[in-house]
Amino acid sequence: MKLPPLDYICPATLTEAIAALAAHGGNAKVIAGGQSLIPMLAFRLAAPSVLVDIGRLPDLKSISISAEGIDIGALVTWRDIERDARLAQAHPLLAAAVAHVAHYQVRNRGTVGGSLAHADPAAEMPGIAVTCDAMLTIVGSNGTRIVRADEFITGGLSTVLEADEILISIRLPLWKKARRWAFEEFARRRGDFALAGVAAFYDTDAQGLAYNAHIGVIGVADRPMRLPGVEAILDGRRIDAAVILQAAAVARDAIDPADDIHAEAAYRCDLLGVLLERALARAADISLSEAA
Amino acid sequence: MSDVAKFLVGCAVERMEDARFLSGSGNFADDLAVDGMLHAAILRSPIAHARIMSIDASAALAMPGIHAVITARDIGDAIPIIPLRLAPLPEFEPFRQPVIASDKVRYVGEPIAVVVADSRALAEDALETIGIEFEALSAVTERGASENALFDFAEDNVALRYDAGFGDADAAFASADYVRTERFSVQRHTALPMETRGLLAEWNSSAGRLVVTGATKVTFYNRRALAQMLGVREDDIDLIEIDVGGGFGVRGEFYPEDFLIPFAARKLARPVKWIEDRREHLMAINHSRDIACELSLACRSDGMMLGLRGRIFADMGAYIRTNGGVVPAKAAQFLPGPYRIPNVSVSVEAFMTNKTPVGTYRGPGRFEANFFRERLIDMAATDLGIDIAEFRRKNLITEQELPYPIDGLVPYEGPTSYDTGDYVEVFERALKEIGWHEKRHLQGKLIDGVRHGIGLGCFVESGGAGPKENAAVTLEKDGSLTVAVGSSVLGQGLETVLGQIASDTLSIPFDRIRVLHGSTTLLDEGFGTYHSRAVVMGGSAVLDAATRLREKILQQASNHLGRPNSELKLVNAKVVADNGASVSFAALAAGRELQADGTFSNDVRTYSYGTHAAHVTVDPRTGAVKVLDYIAVEDVGRAINPAIVHGQAIGAIVQGLGGVFLDHLIYDDQGQLLNASLADYLVPTASDFPVLRAVTLELRPSPSNPLGAKGAGEGGIVAVAAATANAVAAALAPLNVEIHHLPLTPPRLWRLIKNAHARAITAA
Ligand SMILES: Cc1cc2nc3c(=O)[nH]c(=O)nc-3n(C[C@H](O)[C@H](O)[C@H](O)COP(=O)(O)OP(=O)(O)OC[C@H]3O[C@@H](n4cnc5c(N)ncnc54)[C@H](O)[C@@H]3O)c2cc1C
Repeated sequence: MKLPPLDYICPATLTEAIAALAAHGGNAKVIAGGQSLIPMLAFRLAAPSVLVDIGRLPDLKSISISAEGIDIGALVTWRDIERDARLAQAHPLLAAAVAHVAHYQVRNRGTVGGSLAHADPAAEMPGIAVTCDAMLTIVGSNGTRIVRADEFITGGLSTVLEADEILISIRLPLWKKARRWAFEEFARRRGDFALAGVAAFYDTDAQGLAYNAHIGVIGVADRPMRLPGVEAILDGRRIDAAVILQAAAVARDAIDPADDIHAEAAYRCDLLGVLLERALARAADISLSEAA
Repeated sequence: MSDVAKFLVGCAVERMEDARFLSGSGNFADDLAVDGMLHAAILRSPIAHARIMSIDASAALAMPGIHAVITARDIGDAIPIIPLRLAPLPEFEPFRQPVIASDKVRYVGEPIAVVVADSRALAEDALETIGIEFEALSAVTERGASENALFDFAEDNVALRYDAGFGDADAAFASADYVRTERFSVQRHTALPMETRGLLAEWNSSAGRLVVTGATKVTFYNRRALAQMLGVREDDIDLIEIDVGGGFGVRGEFYPEDFLIPFAARKLARPVKWIEDRREHLMAINHSRDIACELSLACRSDGMMLGLRGRIFADMGAYIRTNGGVVPAKAAQFLPGPYRIPNVSVSVEAFMTNKTPVGTYRGPGRFEANFFRERLIDMAATDLGIDIAEFRRKNLITEQELPYPIDGLVPYEGPTSYDTGDYVEVFERALKEIGWHEKRHLQGKLIDGVRHGIGLGCFVESGGAGPKENAAVTLEKDGSLTVAVGSSVLGQGLETVLGQIASDTLSIPFDRIRVLHGSTTLLDEGFGTYHSRAVVMGGSAVLDAATRLREKILQQASNHLGRPNSELKLVNAKVVADNGASVSFAALAAGRELQADGTFSNDVRTYSYGTHAAHVTVDPRTGAVKVLDYIAVEDVGRAINPAIVHGQAIGAIVQGLGGVFLDHLIYDDQGQLLNASLADYLVPTASDFPVLRAVTLELRPSPSNPLGAKGAGEGGIVAVAAATANAVAAALAPLNVEIHHLPLTPPRLWRLIKNAHARAITAA
């Protein structure tokens, strides 16, 4: 489990980094925290000829909160998010989701940009990005482009990133104050990738009816996705037990996961329904007396 | 150290190893580096069953930094075969493993070639260029697939079948009020020591001598095997034991690499190091626990057990390795457990599949057998309307019945008896600790969305395998003591324990004692560490050696002080006479060190015993299980160091819970191992099961050794599946779910609940 032979460079500026990527065509790979890439190299599932370490690039390590939204640099780690006391108010859903990512050692190194670019279907950050309509800023030889999260991820472990592009930051839209939300996931052990997870939020109008419902799921398809059918059920309704059960039933049918060594497909469907029920009940602050 | 009150045996002495480990100054195999050292990597079969048509290593050999690619052809016409260390039944001989595949591969991970290079990374680069032409054969992955024999000489894949037992089970079953038969299984998994295997082999051409560092467990046996394979004299090989990061039975047996790496070193006349990486570890180290059982119990209507019938089916993998049939044989032997069952019949069928070979793992066969039996007991008690605790109480062997013979359950072993104990008292203690009387009303209750269950598991567990262990103690010229022992240290704290024994016997301060262990250079012969034998056998040998040294010291002191032995006492590294005159150990040994050998021979096994109890909750909607409370109570006869015994127990429970919920080597029907990495092979970590308790008792010392000690390293694991699965079953009983198979993963429990629900609907 040693890395294949490769070169390593550690550019000081974004321009140099992009130039290096462009110079090597598809044979170069960006390395950030290395928590996904290094294992892939060790298993020889990837064999780039050069690693471009973006760890020294300036300005990619900050979290800034403004009227425009929450901007998170690509090199921000899970630990940085955990330690940022503002986020509990500014984006409680993000903070709650990131609490489930990996273990201490990995959390000290793994980055927001790396997680999005790696696009693991069960990873929390891409799930939050898709759920919240995050916008991703990408810089490459051809300049800068901004891509919405659900268009950024194109499948299992694949994104729109070109070989010479670097994801530099992600913007989450500003979080509304009285918003109802919850994050629920189920993993075999704390810190493991989830067998399924749900990120949910909605706003409520003066009558207490839900609108702007966003329901995102992870671990149940080749990529994180929203469940528009479920959102449609919630919008305009008072979130009570009946609505929640209806939403969960739709969620179970809305996904089509595959069997794998960790769980049969039917389990994941059912699990997702349970997680959605629990998430919505928590968001609405009601208690469901669960059967069984 | 001056008086009896300060004896160390029985005290929670801080481990002498800890400072070394905690400060990062341990010396493990991967810490070894010598001048001119080369690195090996092993090409392992990517397919489960195939004929090897050709191997082309020319590209690899042409790469810079590559010194050799060794295949079967380089080793010669007769490929050495790994011997059966334990239970050498003739039936198994033809199924033994050659050290390298020549014409056929039979499991994913089987060695085909060894690349030796300037670095491990270069060696791995070269592995990728070796071209092998295989002719694929269909893989055998389950019992009864006899159309594809793994071995040409055999007509099917069954390596061994036997029947054993005592009493008359047929008659007991025929006359019983109640009979129930169920099928159970435990999934294939392995011990997963933190440190993978590793070796450094150094061949000295001019002296014709070989030194292999990184050996452990049974070094003397392994040296003998290696000498025969290499065609050199045993004395020309030293096997050196350094720090070992866990063994649990799997590490230290003779594996193919234990030949291949020394062979490479000799061939190249260069030191060669090999460190097993985690991926190879999962496909190369012994697997274990892969046992299915059909178990029948016959009882009177009042719950008295009359007879037990068990059929054990063991997937042995592709070859029979050093442990022979120990795993299935012990699974069969421990089916009756600590109960009075007058009529027992067992059968064993050991069959071959295209999977990694099987060997012993902490509590081999016992973990499985206790799970099978204790599950069936709960089912029977429920059927008969008898409280599960009362059912056990009624059937536990009482102290008056001990020693209790259990002869005849293992055809290759002589008579043996459960030795001493108070099984009932330990059982009652476990009930008290878990709060059985206060909590039993929780069984199956749904509270806040989760169902509660409390489970019990009783066990009896053998340890202290013979025939013998040796030790030598030396009072050095500076008055310090060196203890050498044939037992191996696997990280379990043996140095401390042996130091305590020597310290008490000789009145030498603990910090003046150095313990050397395992290496073949220390003694003429040693027997190693397995079957919870290191304290029982090695400890007793050290006691013997220290007692003899004590005599020598007294003799020497008597000459020096001019007083008879009867007037002398050993006090804090001095000999003091009744008249107040004294001489220090250092002064006595100043001219020449004093040395004594000791030995302990014994074929009588110790039987520790105990009860585990678990309180769990199950989320019936997700299948998630939480362990709320867990208690293991065990009588180990004598705990030389209670802190170490406690650590062994807690660690063993965690490891056992891994076997219940997480650890699982998953194969597909092509014989591919699907989870050869720790991303997919799940092990319990320190934070997964925080609420575990263990109570160690010293009620009844072992009569078979002077320390009174019984095995203490395995009792913590052997009843974990029993108690935990019973707790989960109790929680889910209202949903009509029964537990027969491990692991208890959330998806599996969910599926059982769903199926039971569907059955109920169909029935209604
Ligand atoms: C034991 C373990 C458990 C884990 N558990 C979880 C978990 O529960 N949930 C979870 O979400 N993750 C988990 N992870 C993954 C972890 O969060 C990683 O940190 C993350 O997926 C990748 O971040 P990284 O910075 O390490 O990226 P790297 O490994 O450095 O890179 C990953 C990929 O992204 C590319 N890349 C990185 N940064 C950029 C960039 N700025 N622009 C363009 N491409 C880029 C790389 O080229 C590579 O292809 C776990 C990892 C481990 C080892």
